[in-house]
Amino acid sequence: MATLPVVGTVALVVFSILRLTPGDPAAIIAGDSATTEQLEQIRVHLGLDKPIHVQFFLWLFQILRGDLGVSLISNVPVSGMILDRMGPTLALSTTIILFSVIVAIPLGVIAAWRQGTVLDRSVTAFSVLGFSVPVFVNGYLLILLFSISLGWLPVQGYKPLTDGFLPFFVRLILPTLALSTAYIALIARITRTSILEVMGEDYIRTARAKGLKEDAVLIRHALRNAAVPIVTIIGVGIAHLIGGVVVTESVFNLPGLGRLVVEAVLARDYPVIQGLILLFSFINILVNLVVDVLYTVIDPRIRY
Amino acid sequence: MSLKWRKLRPARALCAAAFVSAAMIVSAPALAQTTITAVMSSGLRVTDPVMSSAAITNTHGFMIYDTLLGTDANHKVQPQMAEKWQVSPDGKTYTFTLRNGLNWHDGAPVKAEDCVASIKRWGAQDVMGQVLMGLVTNMKVVDDKTFQIVVKQPTGVVLSALAKIGTRTPFMMPKRVADTPSSQPIKEYIGSGPFKFVASEFKPGLKVVYEKYRDYVPRSEPASWTAGGKVVYVDRVEWVTMPDSLTAANALLNHEIDFIEVMSYDLLPMFEGRKDVKIEILDKLGLWTYYRFNFLYPPFNNKLIRKAAMYAVGQQDVLKALTGDPKYYKTCVAVFGCGTPYASSYGEEILVPANIEKAKQLLKEAKYDGTPVVILHPTDISSVKTQPVVIADALRKAGFKVDLQSMDWQTVTTRRASKKPPAEGGWNVHPTNGPLVGISDPLRNQAVGTNGSRAWFGWPDFPEIEALRAKFAVTSDPAELKKIAEEIQKLVIDEGVVVPLGQFVVPSGYSTKLTDVLESPVRIFWNVKKGK
Repeated sequence: MATLPVVGTVALVVFSILRLTPGDPAAIIAGDSATTEQLEQIRVHLGLDKPIHVQFFLWLFQILRGDLGVSLISNVPVSGMILDRMGPTLALSTTIILFSVIVAIPLGVIAAWRQGTVLDRSVTAFSVLGFSVPVFVNGYLLILLFSISLGWLPVQGYKPLTDGFLPFFVRLILPTLALSTAYIALIARITRTSILEVMGEDYIRTARAKGLKEDAVLIRHALRNAAVPIVTIIGVGIAHLIGGVVVTESVFNLPGLGRLVVEAVLARDYPVIQGLILLFSFINILVNLVVDVLYTVIDPRIRY
Repeated sequence: MSLKWRKLRPARALCAAAFVSAAMIVSAPALAQTTITAVMSSGLRVTDPVMSSAAITNTHGFMIYDTLLGTDANHKVQPQMAEKWQVSPDGKTYTFTLRNGLNWHDGAPVKAEDCVASIKRWGAQDVMGQVLMGLVTNMKVVDDKTFQIVVKQPTGVVLSALAKIGTRTPFMMPKRVADTPSSQPIKEYIGSGPFKFVASEFKPGLKVVYEKYRDYVPRSEPASWTAGGKVVYVDRVEWVTMPDSLTAANALLNHEIDFIEVMSYDLLPMFEGRKDVKIEILDKLGLWTYYRFNFLYPPFNNKLIRKAAMYAVGQQDVLKALTGDPKYYKTCVAVFGCGTPYASSYGEEILVPANIEKAKQLLKEAKYDGTPVVILHPTDISSVKTQPVVIADALRKAGFKVDLQSMDWQTVTTRRASKKPPAEGGWNVHPTNGPLVGISDPLRNQAVGTNGSRAWFGWPDFPEIEALRAKFAVTSDPAELKKIAEEIQKLVIDEGVVVPLGQFVVPSGYSTKLTDVLESPVRIFWNVKKGK
């Protein structure tokens, strides 16, 4: 129910901010040698000479018909541009989240279990490093090692799954490793903290008193009860990844949504920016909805 | 062995042979396509080379379109689509005849009416085309292969305009496409050039694919710039966009791509000693960098103050900061470019060295009142982000009060078109650069246009320069043309219409599998061969 008002508000805010920001898509289309008259001709052709409120309602009616419009710069449908870039973004997001969750949760659990030991401190140190090292540094180092020095993996590029699983997969390995460090660091840290919070609870003491092995206590009781914040942070991570990780996409030349957003903003390609922001806000709402539903599955006490 | 089995031996042999043959056919690899993968200077988004003056769009144009005339490496006009042309004794009627074998990519023959429509559309947008169309009294189709251009008076502009390279080249298109108003984008990309545009694989800003046009009939002369035979030796050329120059360099080292049009100067050491990659300057003319004053507002509506600024900024300082290596730059004050037919050295003593003391003296003489100088500083384009910083520093040393405003290039292009006062969103100084091939005479160089409010941004108003440009348009004698160009150079420098900051070249890098890569001011892929 809240989706429509939220998306509608986002649409209005984004539209307004874009029109108030200096910049002129006509200048990008016409190039450096354009005269003032030529720029004005292009603006008229694109409808940018109309009053802002007229432009807004025209765009709104278009959206309500399910039409995201046409790129001002490239003259191709916005929906087509987004679909072209969706594949790499979804592929990268999926591999990063899967890899991060598989690595981070056990790390976080072990760190909590062995609190205060060398293992715990190593995981904490790794978390700090994971946050601190910029993804492009990770990326360049991985390229230097695995592509240039060892020649095992390609430097860049994306191949869709339709071109074969191996070409698709090998090109995702390095970008996944480069960006996962930050997500692993974050999820492991949250997992550790959440587990530590529940380890002192009565039901944990009861589980141990009943004679359960420690791994069963950790996984069946502690992790289950600590899962809510972990699921939250994973949800935030998914939304952020789909919103575009432009640095990773640039370093590894992945044609994803992150690059599209930046290119569209720099070119003031209003329909593309507006279409993307609407998509991202819808995805954020969807991810939040799924996370909210998962809460009720993880913790039956939670009811809406 | 039984008799029955022996009798079947020939049949068994035949079956075996058939089986082996079938297996060979099925397992035989399809004929491999030769593809050049190139990372160009930017991603292609706008595909109309008349509507847009973007360099990448012009380069795209040269892939799929052809031109009536070409320009060779000696700056001479040569026939291309035109088999020949004749000029009437009074010098006013040009009759062009198309050569045989010209077809559009959809198979239809190229006709004279296509050329007339294409010239009209181009002439409505391009600065040189507008000069030409201002002289034209009639353009008519004589027959399918012949058309005429009639001008008011004898002029060299007809040939030089139709042979221009620069931005907004006069590409020939089918009439139905060329009839699109020039302020609106074309929707079909059918040319008659050596490559075909593969629309189904086009991803704006990401990837462009061109296939060899197998029915293209090249000229027999050797290729030279945009003249001569455009023979294609590969099946496909793919332009891929890589926003990160280090990634592109690594991809070239790793043989994932074949060609990088623009190499970052700071990454060149990565390729030292490599035998599998060649670093070469393919555009020997290169680019010029310059800045423009806003003539509408103080302080640069004052000639003496403009002169002070010109004395303050040294070309060496700018060029060193821009490229770092003297191998890639040279000082030059010619507003039509050093290395071009109308090059001039007038203004060297003012523009090349930085003379802060002279600048201070002139500022004092002009009674400069401390009006802030707003300099537009784009931060996202590497070839124009350095100059404003160096200029700002020089002007401050000379005593100017400087307001260096940082912004992205898009905002610069909007701000520079604004005629508002600098303090209200306008500007005083706009540094930028451009390809040399686009400025090589007074007609094609927009920056020397001085028709006030209709001029390029900065809006200088000097009727005497406009009169000289008009005279240039209707003069044919080479010595007289040179004299006029020299006079324009003098006036432009004296008035500070545009301030040259020197010239620089940009190296390209490519795999040594590529051979016969042509030097040219525009990136061309005909003539290039790719080995295994």
